[in-house]
Amino acid sequence: MIGKQIFNRDELKRLIFELLADIAPEADFDTLGLDEDIRLDLDIDSFDFLNFLIGLNEATGVDIPEADYGQLVTTNDICDYILARMP
Amino acid sequence: MEWQPILKDTAMFVGDLLPNIIDYEAKRASFFWDEIAQELDGLPHHAGLNIAHEAVDRHANSAHGGRVAMRWLGRDGSTREFTYQDLKAQTNRVANVLRRLGINREDTVFALSGRIPELYFMALGTWKNTSIFCPLFSAFGPEPILQRMKRGQARVLFTTERLFRKKVAPFRDQMPHLEHVILADGREHAPDNVWSMSLLMADASPEFEIPPTHPEDKAIIHFTSGTTGMPKGAVHVHQAIYHHYMTSKYALDIHPEDVFWCTADPGWVTGTSYGIIAPLLHGVTNIIDEAEFDAERWYRILAEQKVTVWYTAPTAVRRLMRLDLEPRQMFDLSHLRFVASVGEPLNPEAVVWGEEKLGLPIHDNWWQTETGGIMIANLAACEIRPGSMGRPLPGVEAAIVRRTGDNTLEIIEKPGVDGELALKPGWPSMFRTYLHEEARYNKCFVDDWYLSGDLAMKDEDGYFWFVGRADDIIKTAGHMVGPFEVESALMEHPAVAEVGVIGVPEPTIGELVKAFVALKPGNEPTKALRRELLGFGRKRLGSAVAPKEIVFKENLPKTRSGKIMRRLLKARELGLPEGDTSTLEEN
Repeated sequence: MIGKQIFNRDELKRLIFELLADIAPEADFDTLGLDEDIRLDLDIDSFDFLNFLIGLNEATGVDIPEADYGQLVTTNDICDYILARMP
Repeated sequence: MEWQPILKDTAMFVGDLLPNIIDYEAKRASFFWDEIAQELDGLPHHAGLNIAHEAVDRHANSAHGGRVAMRWLGRDGSTREFTYQDLKAQTNRVANVLRRLGINREDTVFALSGRIPELYFMALGTWKNTSIFCPLFSAFGPEPILQRMKRGQARVLFTTERLFRKKVAPFRDQMPHLEHVILADGREHAPDNVWSMSLLMADASPEFEIPPTHPEDKAIIHFTSGTTGMPKGAVHVHQAIYHHYMTSKYALDIHPEDVFWCTADPGWVTGTSYGIIAPLLHGVTNIIDEAEFDAERWYRILAEQKVTVWYTAPTAVRRLMRLDLEPRQMFDLSHLRFVASVGEPLNPEAVVWGEEKLGLPIHDNWWQTETGGIMIANLAACEIRPGSMGRPLPGVEAAIVRRTGDNTLEIIEKPGVDGELALKPGWPSMFRTYLHEEARYNKCFVDDWYLSGDLAMKDEDGYFWFVGRADDIIKTAGHMVGPFEVESALMEHPAVAEVGVIGVPEPTIGELVKAFVALKPGNEPTKALRRELLGFGRKRLGSAVAPKEIVFKENLPKTRSGKIMRRLLKARELGLPEGDTSTLEEN
């Protein structure tokens, strides 16, 4: 996908939290550590996590093959992964 | 599309790995339950039958006591291994801990944790102590946990620091029976009988003599969702292991040297019957993965752990199917011999996908919480009809029936006709009651048949095919969600006037929980309120039960007596015929 917005780390973090808040509106992102397991900490099940990553792909244009899902555990993991693949 | 049967080449069945049933009809005709009893030990000195003796001590005391019983794979990449001898010592310690805390026969020990080794020690140690084990799914929110613990009169809760702090501690005053909390990862004992498991275990003896146990003594409670009212506690007894042993031998084709992996969580019946008990009964190595589904990790586990028999679920298979890769080119799956699936009907595409990508077709089977173990299955040596649940196992009599009155039914003999799937009582893992709800239990039986609540049909060769549910229960990601439980939780929100909850089809998880909400006057159906309700549901119910979609509706279809017609909500949502609407309230 071309023409997508380029994100810096802070913007990306904000985007991640926004997408997660659509799934888990009750979540308190102020207390979520950037190195904590998102699924565990926010009670996000496999199905929700899949939808979150689909949303992230749509918003950033970065392809996230399902085989890579296992590497995406914490907010920092996801930022690193996306930033390294930003067009 | 018409799916071709998958035939099995009997010429391939040679040597030690001959399937445990070759001739299905002959085995069914000759089978008797005593032959299973003879393969098990019984407690020493004729003291009865205990799950943990057969699963652990029997092997620990034998020549293969040094074999690996459980290999646990941590989320962080670590591995822990326990031989049958290790498991014997650990579960003896648990039994001594429970005894020291004054926990007795028939007291209920609840467990709320992820898949950690201590959970398995706890289950087996509870049975050694002749107490009752009741697992809860760790993705439940506080409300389902509280409901179940109150109904089950939990005296002990085994859990972790994080789950306890988040989901139980704030509500503990509402659980009058709860005396002790054992924290798997607690470092120190804390006030109010909050115990550190490792400290308790360090003080406990690794020796324990299992008290006499009657085969009919209660051993397990599994809560399962009802269509009306709150979840029911299906009670199972120690003798259920005859069924666990038989079905894992015949339906899962377990052989003595197998490495077995059941991907289900022990919070659900599959994860207890086949994730804890069945493989240990056979003395094989049981693989336990702490992490949640992750396609690549799962293939790696199959390859690296040399898994030979794999029991998984349609949701996971469909996730694997999404990946556009050739698993056998990337992973060594040559050890895998048999793959089975349960939780909801496996679509024919998935059965055939298995054959193409894994080199093995996937064998669907059917059972439910109440049956305690597999009832109808596709077998290793038998033809698979993709989309069918297979045929009844030895010792199991199944039929398609139609209710003809309050206490009468007729058996539908004609092939291809839909009816309710019914089972003849008498198999050992049948539930013995619903906890404190004898009337609800009795309602499951008509004319000496157990009625499963599933609609199905039987073809001319005796293969059974799932058709649908006879009630409103939602099947999502392989587990049941009762609409009433979800509706009750949402009704607690001050803006909500009425709620109807249904399951809508979703390609990966089967059905998705969807709530239709009518608001009280003065509340606007805004996006913000919708999100608030979504979060409200998740906070109370947890991700496993909470609705994933909420829509506002001004009026929900109701009967004249005011009952919300979920059936009609669903028909309208899916554009299906509305059926009989004669009881519909005029708006």
